[in-house]
Amino acid sequence: MKMKRTCISILLLWFACGAAAAWAGDLDPFRDESGAIKISGGTAHIPVMKAAADLIMQLNPKIQISIAGGGSGVGIKQVGEGLVDIGNSGRKPTDEEIQKYGLVLHQWAIDGVAVVVHPQNPVKALTSEQLKAIYAGTMTNWKALGGPDKAINIYTRDEASGTREVFWEKALAKGEISPKALFVASNGAMKTAVAQDPNAIGYVSVGHIDDSVAAVALDGVAPTLENVKDGKYKIARGLFSNTKGAPQGLTKKFIDFIFSSQGRALIVEQGFIPVK
Amino acid sequence: MRSERCMQSALAAAAWISAAAAVLIFLFMAVLGWPLLGNGDLMQVLCGPWSPMHHQYGIRPMILGTLCIASLALALAVPVSLGCAVFIQVTAPKGLGRALHHLVRLMTGIPTVVYGFVGIFLLVPLVRNLSGHGAGLSILSAGLMLSLLIAPTMILFFVQGLAAVPQSHRQAACALGATPVQQLIYVLLPQARRTLLAGVVLGLGRAMGDTLIALMLAGNSVATPQSILDPTRTLTAHIALIIAADFESPEFRTLFICALILYLMTTLAVAVMRRLAAKPVEIP
Repeated sequence: MKMKRTCISILLLWFACGAAAAWAGDLDPFRDESGAIKISGGTAHIPVMKAAADLIMQLNPKIQISIAGGGSGVGIKQVGEGLVDIGNSGRKPTDEEIQKYGLVLHQWAIDGVAVVVHPQNPVKALTSEQLKAIYAGTMTNWKALGGPDKAINIYTRDEASGTREVFWEKALAKGEISPKALFVASNGAMKTAVAQDPNAIGYVSVGHIDDSVAAVALDGVAPTLENVKDGKYKIARGLFSNTKGAPQGLTKKFIDFIFSSQGRALIVEQGFIPVK
Repeated sequence: MRSERCMQSALAAAAWISAAAAVLIFLFMAVLGWPLLGNGDLMQVLCGPWSPMHHQYGIRPMILGTLCIASLALALAVPVSLGCAVFIQVTAPKGLGRALHHLVRLMTGIPTVVYGFVGIFLLVPLVRNLSGHGAGLSILSAGLMLSLLIAPTMILFFVQGLAAVPQSHRQAACALGATPVQQLIYVLLPQARRTLLAGVVLGLGRAMGDTLIALMLAGNSVATPQSILDPTRTLTAHIALIIAADFESPEFRTLFICALILYLMTTLAVAVMRRLAAKPVEIP
């Protein structure tokens, strides 16, 4: 963790000290622009979207970029209905959705979904079977897993969550989720909830993990960036930004920026793995 | 004369439009929820559990959740608000009463999300540690915070109601030798009853309709709650959590039933309160 933080600070320093000059070209297309971009959907995407938007709006205050959450389902729906310019999703939109709305997908990162617990929880590794039993509500005490004699508080995400969908499909093999599970509405809220509750178990996008929560190794594989990248950690998904039809104008420039070298640096900085 | 008539018709139009909007919203929900209502699945939706994985889309846990949280909030807020209003209007020294009144007015303007935040970081850990049960996200947490949310509105109503009782009535009671407490119980409260009940109705409506507090503090689990320390999901939070589901999905269609139930529950509560307020006052 400390290592990660040092890396980030070095990266930031480097960024501040003139690397920006070398990259300035990536932001150039925004210089003479004005207008607004509306973004909504996946909550895992928000840190990258925000970082990109901050850079762009700092360079050119005439551009307004608004970023809302809501979850992958919301993103796909809203962009499909033309309510926003970019609808983010943490899962690949279904063929049906792509066809119905005429979506064009832009996958810019790979992200793992990690099981997290409170940092004080001694349980730092689980098998798939144990995880399924916990989420199904058949294993209800941390004691059986080598933890304290406390009831397990299960946290999950709402219907719109792409994180939930990926976790449910790949980690739980579409298994049961106990009706007693507590629901939170974003990756950020999940992190806060687990960080506050010593008996919690939940799942977040790997990019959201920091010191406030502890990641759990699954079947002996830790959800680190390297393991996600190598494909060793299986619970992974693409992060998509979807547009209705091919992106135009400012929206196209924004998406091109995410794929530029500066955009990719932002993606790395936020703890995701850029693609292409 | 003509301008007066113009004004009158404009006001009437405004009244009609807002009344029509309420009715139209109701019809809109009924029409959109019709596929479920007409299917005979209604009982299953109303009484069954929520488990989309097993194709069960019952909203009974949410109806119960709404009732539990709203009634807890009301039960906590009404006595406190009444006491506070009596203090401000009747027993407090003038300056202090006025200062408190200002404070309460200020409190009505605090956005819900602030209460939610304070709840997550202060109340939820407290409830978790004190009860030693569950995650702290519970009916109790949400009810407590919600009572704090609705209390200021109710206090303002109560103060207004008490202030509207003619001074001469109190003086008459005083002249008969009634103590301040007797004046309050036999004169002020019965006389102010209508406004007091209106305040309670408003508080109840707000408690049932609030989304954010329940969404942030009640835990939103779909199991039927067994105790006040269990998490639960309200109808409003349910709507907020499901709204992003596919339009065509059965989950989404049940939303209209949720909205309809919420609408009917609020209407019913208002009707009952009106009824209570309309009864003639008996002077003991």
